[in-house]
Amino acid sequence: MKNHVKAILGAAVLGLAASAASVSSADTLSDVKAKGFVQCGVNTGLAGFSAPDDKGEWKGFDVDFCRAVASAIFGDPSKVKFTPTNAKERFTALQSGEIDLLARNTTWTLGRDTALGLTFVGVNYYDGQGFMINAKKLPGVTSALQLSGASVCVQSGTTTELNLADYFKANNLEYNPVVFEKLEEANAAYDSGRCDAYTTDQSGLYSIRLTLASPDDHIVLPEIISKEPLAPAVRQGDDKWFNVVKWTYNALVLAEEYGITQANVDEMKSSKNPDIQRVLGAEAGTTLGTGLGLDNDWVVKIIKGVGNYGEIFDRNIGAGSPLKIARGLNALWTKGGLQYAMPIR
Amino acid sequence: MEQTNLAYARTEMAADERPPSKEQGVVAWLRKNLFASVPDTILTLVGLVIVAMILPRVIDWAFINAQWTGTDRSYCATVAQGGIQPDGWSGACWAFVGAKFQQFMFGQYPIDQRWRVMLAGAIFLALLVPLLIPSVPRKLLNAVLLFGVFPFIAFALLVGGVFGLPFVETARWGGLMVTLVLSIVGISVSLPFGILLALGRRSKLPVIKLVCVIFIETIRGVPLVTVLFMASVMFPLFLPAGMTFDKFLRALIGVAIFAAAYMAEVVRGGLQAIPKGQYEGAASLGLTYWQTTGLVILPQALKLVIPGIVNTFIGMFKDTSLVAIIGMFDLLGIVRQNFSDANWASPQTPITGLVFAGFIFWLFCFGMSRYSIYMERRLDTGHKR
Amino acid sequence: MVSQEMPRDASGAGASFINDPRIRGLIYQAVLFVLLVAFVYWIFGNTVDNLRRSNITSGFGFLNSRAGFDISETLISYSSNDTYKWALVVGLVNTAVVAVTGIITASIIGFLVGVGRLSENWLIRKICMVYVEIFRNIPPLLVIFFWYLGVLSALPQPRESIALPFGAWLNNRGFFLPAPIWGEGAWLIPVAFLLAVGLCWFVARRAHQRQAATGEQFPVFWTSVALLVGLPLLAFVAAGFPLTFEFPKKSTFNLLGGTQIRPEFLSLYLALSFYTAAFIAEIVRAGILGVNKGQTEAAYALGLRRRPTLRLVVVPQALRIVIPPLTSQYLNLTKNSSLAIAIGYPDLVHIGGTILNQSGHAIEIVAIWMVVYLGLSLVMSGFMNWFNAKMALVER
Repeated sequence: MKNHVKAILGAAVLGLAASAASVSSADTLSDVKAKGFVQCGVNTGLAGFSAPDDKGEWKGFDVDFCRAVASAIFGDPSKVKFTPTNAKERFTALQSGEIDLLARNTTWTLGRDTALGLTFVGVNYYDGQGFMINAKKLPGVTSALQLSGASVCVQSGTTTELNLADYFKANNLEYNPVVFEKLEEANAAYDSGRCDAYTTDQSGLYSIRLTLASPDDHIVLPEIISKEPLAPAVRQGDDKWFNVVKWTYNALVLAEEYGITQANVDEMKSSKNPDIQRVLGAEAGTTLGTGLGLDNDWVVKIIKGVGNYGEIFDRNIGAGSPLKIARGLNALWTKGGLQYAMPIR
Repeated sequence: MEQTNLAYARTEMAADERPPSKEQGVVAWLRKNLFASVPDTILTLVGLVIVAMILPRVIDWAFINAQWTGTDRSYCATVAQGGIQPDGWSGACWAFVGAKFQQFMFGQYPIDQRWRVMLAGAIFLALLVPLLIPSVPRKLLNAVLLFGVFPFIAFALLVGGVFGLPFVETARWGGLMVTLVLSIVGISVSLPFGILLALGRRSKLPVIKLVCVIFIETIRGVPLVTVLFMASVMFPLFLPAGMTFDKFLRALIGVAIFAAAYMAEVVRGGLQAIPKGQYEGAASLGLTYWQTTGLVILPQALKLVIPGIVNTFIGMFKDTSLVAIIGMFDLLGIVRQNFSDANWASPQTPITGLVFAGFIFWLFCFGMSRYSIYMERRLDTGHKR
Repeated sequence: MVSQEMPRDASGAGASFINDPRIRGLIYQAVLFVLLVAFVYWIFGNTVDNLRRSNITSGFGFLNSRAGFDISETLISYSSNDTYKWALVVGLVNTAVVAVTGIITASIIGFLVGVGRLSENWLIRKICMVYVEIFRNIPPLLVIFFWYLGVLSALPQPRESIALPFGAWLNNRGFFLPAPIWGEGAWLIPVAFLLAVGLCWFVARRAHQRQAATGEQFPVFWTSVALLVGLPLLAFVAAGFPLTFEFPKKSTFNLLGGTQIRPEFLSLYLALSFYTAAFIAEIVRAGILGVNKGQTEAAYALGLRRRPTLRLVVVPQALRIVIPPLTSQYLNLTKNSSLAIAIGYPDLVHIGGTILNQSGHAIEIVAIWMVVYLGLSLVMSGFMNWFNAKMALVER
């Protein structure tokens, strides 16, 4: 019995000591390298962003971002494990260290940056909240301002829910919120006609529309009522890991800017353009990659693994996907969009 | 003395008269059971109306109008809804259940590995059934195999990663398999803990008693949903940095903690029914506390509360459905998840899926409750004056 | 033998110190205590550390910030400008509403079915049995989904609402009733009702005294019914019918006006009632069966008829058996109301979950849930214990 006490007390003390020690040496990158994979928190199922396919393989825009990080570290996009999280679990999962990286269409806000102990790495998708209605059942409704008295389906615990309340209050409209815990529940309720309108990020609306019984009956209204910059996030206080994830994002966008694609990345290495040479780590004596704690050809690995930002976009949510979302705000800055990468040099 | 043949006395028995027709046969049964009095007749008629309203519709929906085969939603939707059924059609969409049956049983468990689940289930049945039938011998060996050896086999089979079996993440588990694993592991963990808690609650040592009372009453006073939320949202914060639990394991701990508190109260009921003389008798033989408890008290007390334990198990089996709320896919969760499959979404899909899930749950719970009644009758010896 | 000469006082001997049950008890307790303290300290330390490491603020201060979200079902006034704290109160009220209505309905159905299972009538007995066996053996969550997804969402769209008598409507947005609007002088009605309650009490007392003194009986029950119905009705007439109804009318999206009972509430309420009623039925049945047959026979022997036998002999004794398990069923229903989260009825857990998401204060919210439900449990079991003590037979 006494030994037991000692053991437990010892464990307690050790635990405390270990946790105290880990404050100063929180090093996710080393941990990830040691365990051999990136643990990535994704949405439980949002077609185009992250959803398992028929074979249980995760696919999507956010999923590919996780794979890009895995490629940068290991040169292998499959060295990533996915933790499906719902809106409620996502932050604790990251805070507690259950996941290394959260890529789950999460809106970047000041509150989340400060009170929740997250650090957002960069906006990989500029979104805005919109409304979807069934045009067949509600002919003549062409604007969200006509929604006075409507029942609106919304997922609880999201910024969406707050924007919805603010928008209707600001425009002096009555409405009836029908709030669900899970995305799937909200989808099902909207599809069965429990609500007149559905609100979430516009990208989400397009994705959800695909899963409805008759997608063509539904239209997305033109109003965008909020700014929803969706960004991957990591824990606060681990700058090394933050840098890896942040620059993975920048590398993806930069690769598109320079026209480096999955297909031509090897040829590009011998490009005459010094910028491209530098980005791909082909410059003599470069230490750009090792500075991050990675290999110098880390960008090559990323592009080989998943392609550049534009390819990921097209494949999952853009023209090459059933969602067919236009690039819009997410076009490169050179093409009138907002995607602008910091230079790698 | 000579036998005198008296004219008024018969020498042989008369043949039995048939009882009056009022007292036997269908008519008598009807009179007695359905039309005994005027209010009774009215009640019967009301009952008949209820049955006539419900039963034909149910049969119509579940069998006659039901769609048994099909490959997508059009088979279960009316023309107006974009299907092939006539307008106003209403029937079960068993085709949906048929198409998704494998998923309802195993979730996303890799298809080529599903034999492992089935094998584990078969071993479990092979060990459980003899244990449940009282007349089969070698109960001790059987119990040791089931509780001592089987968990390791099951773990190796289901999780894998050993003996060349590929590792299967618990995130891919789902369906009935999760329901069964959660409830079986939950019950086997909660029973010993429940016994300890019950003993603690009846202990004469104030600190131990207080701790047990607080634990039991706190857990029994809150809904399982909050315990599960605690397990899914708070456990990660309780652990040192970097140390994490599998999500499945967290739910399992939540369920087991909850069941242990209820089990403790059931066992306590049994302990209270043991007369004081048993304790005194054991003490006079010089038995220690643990000897008294293990050899005299618990065997009697547990026998008394077998129905209660089975009822707790039934409750737990039903409660595992709540893990769907924290994002795991047990039987109910996976059925529900499939409602939103665009390939099958039709007005009849949800209700068909729910009726199917309900039937499976009902089958298990009803079976267990019948077994509990059977054991109750069998063990109904002694302790009743 | 030597041992026979051993002094009786064993506590002085060093060897038997460990065998002294009192000392052992103390050691066990001390060990448990230390273990617990160590465990709690460990968890607490980890949590504090985890929170600090990721810069999460803790404490209950966040409850005073603006909620920002809307709630569909509010019995008390609420807007998105109110605080988190107030939103939680709204949730608590919603929990209470569904629990109280559910308990009442479940008790009525459960009582009827329980009595039905003992009926002389074969058909009624079987119907009740089938009911009990079905609902006892499926999860409550499934019953809730059954009502919500299976029944209520299959109702027609608002445009094709089903018209019910008295200007009520039914569609997939719920059940719409005309809302009563009380006019001037309506305050007379509750006053009259209170008066009637007082009179009933007085009549019952007088009747009891008279029966004790003279043996004559007085129809207390029917008098009370007449008083309770008649007086408020009289007041209603006297005040000049101060009641009008606001009828729900069709508009672009939905029916407007009137009182709307939403499908979320309806399915939770129906499911909890039907589910718990099956358990209550079994309790009622066990209670009635638990009263010794000799009691009934003795009452008949004394010349009591069937009704007074039931009322004066069987029911009071059955109640004694019924109340403790009934209490736990009521508690179960209250706790099961937390399943509201699955269909989006804004009860305490649902609103707490929303706040948890919006603010990220997981520990505080879970603590609030636990404390509130524990409190509810304590209050309710306290009340039922009091009731039980009142009902208990005073034995000699």
